[in-house]
Amino acid sequence: MSDTATSASEQGHALSSPFAAAQLMVARDIQLALRKRGQIVQPLVFFAIVTTLFPLGISPELSRLRDVAPGVLWVAALLSSLLALEFLFRDDAHDGTLEQHVLSGQSLTWLMLAKTVAHWLLTGLPLSVMAPLAGLSLGVPAAATGGIVISVALGSIALSLIGAIGAALTLTVKRSGALLSLLTLPLSMPVLIFGARATELAIKGSSYAPPLYLLGAMAVLGVTLAPLAAAAAVRISLE
Amino acid sequence: MSEPRLEAQNLHLWRGERHVLRGLAFTLGAGECLQITGSNGSGKTSLLRTLCGLMWPEEGRVLWSDADIRRDLPGFQAHLAYIGHEPPLKADLSPRENLRYWVEMRRRLSRQETGEALERVGAAQWSDRPVRTLSAGQKRRVALAGLFLMGAPLWLLDEPTTNLDAEGQRLVGAMIHEQLARGGIVVAAVHHELVLPGGALRRLELAGE
Repeated sequence: MSDTATSASEQGHALSSPFAAAQLMVARDIQLALRKRGQIVQPLVFFAIVTTLFPLGISPELSRLRDVAPGVLWVAALLSSLLALEFLFRDDAHDGTLEQHVLSGQSLTWLMLAKTVAHWLLTGLPLSVMAPLAGLSLGVPAAATGGIVISVALGSIALSLIGAIGAALTLTVKRSGALLSLLTLPLSMPVLIFGARATELAIKGSSYAPPLYLLGAMAVLGVTLAPLAAAAAVRISLE
Repeated sequence: MSEPRLEAQNLHLWRGERHVLRGLAFTLGAGECLQITGSNGSGKTSLLRTLCGLMWPEEGRVLWSDADIRRDLPGFQAHLAYIGHEPPLKADLSPRENLRYWVEMRRRLSRQETGEALERVGAAQWSDRPVRTLSAGQKRRVALAGLFLMGAPLWLLDEPTTNLDAEGQRLVGAMIHEQLARGGIVVAAVHHELVLPGGALRRLELAGE
């Protein structure tokens, strides 16, 4: 056994590449989510409930529902993504694995990006698949499916990234839910506005490209800046 | 890499209203172990977290091989292994999976290496059970396997023997001894004197309030 012990430090063992580390992070978070399904299912159930209750509350008239559908879909998507945010770093901070990520020798900014990717795969992606289905109950024509999926997918990327900053900042706050919403909601307004606009245009059957470009721009801006901010916030929280 | 050397210069640290570290300084070379003792709240954990760059001191600096650690923090952190009060393990994963996700963030690991490390710490029998079903001492042993696998020249250990039985405490002593023998550096905060089978043990007592 002591032979392997010396070899570990003498050979200058093969370091993991940043890419391998990011892959591990995503794989770990997905495996954990699959073991603890409640956390991923809860926001989706919330989304399904909100969107299916609207026809009962307003009126079953499809033309009226179709008018409010973009707003309903997007507000529900925004709120359900907020629900999922609280868990983003909390468990890792609790059991000390977040600390080990900071100390891993890998760039924390890069790891934060990986963590957000995992979060989006577990929340944003299922949400964008569910959105057109929920749309059916709101009288949305099947032709609008493509537009809705793309706009929710792009928008949720931006939401996950904005949320990562908020979640990292509120890491040390007990019962951080309210503060987290207060921090992230104002920043998510542009996503809500352009996302709903793209969905509205898709439902009407006109070109929804312009608001989609803006959503894409926000997602790109988020990918470049949010991990930096989240990494800085995590460092502060761990002090 | 040049000879590892850890140096603390004039460290001052405040936690809220309390001035916990007051001008602390020491130098540790290859093969040296620093044992930090002190009453609860005397700043043992804060000192360790400062040494690994998780906390910034108000004054003073930490040097690794004569370079300020703040200049290249991830580069420095790649050389250290820190284990806090709580073993950094995911309750829903097995020890084997935990070690994979924890250690492989840093370096590539073969299945065999993991198996050997788990066997060394006496965790082979329960290495595929979820960590939530393990006792505190068993978790501590898994953390020791992680420490072993990281192969870092600098070990920063916070209460490494907590929850361990007599045999486990001897294991910690033996692991530290081996680490020192291969030219590593160990800084350990403890309540009970470390049992080392020999080697240079230096002591530092932090004054409480």
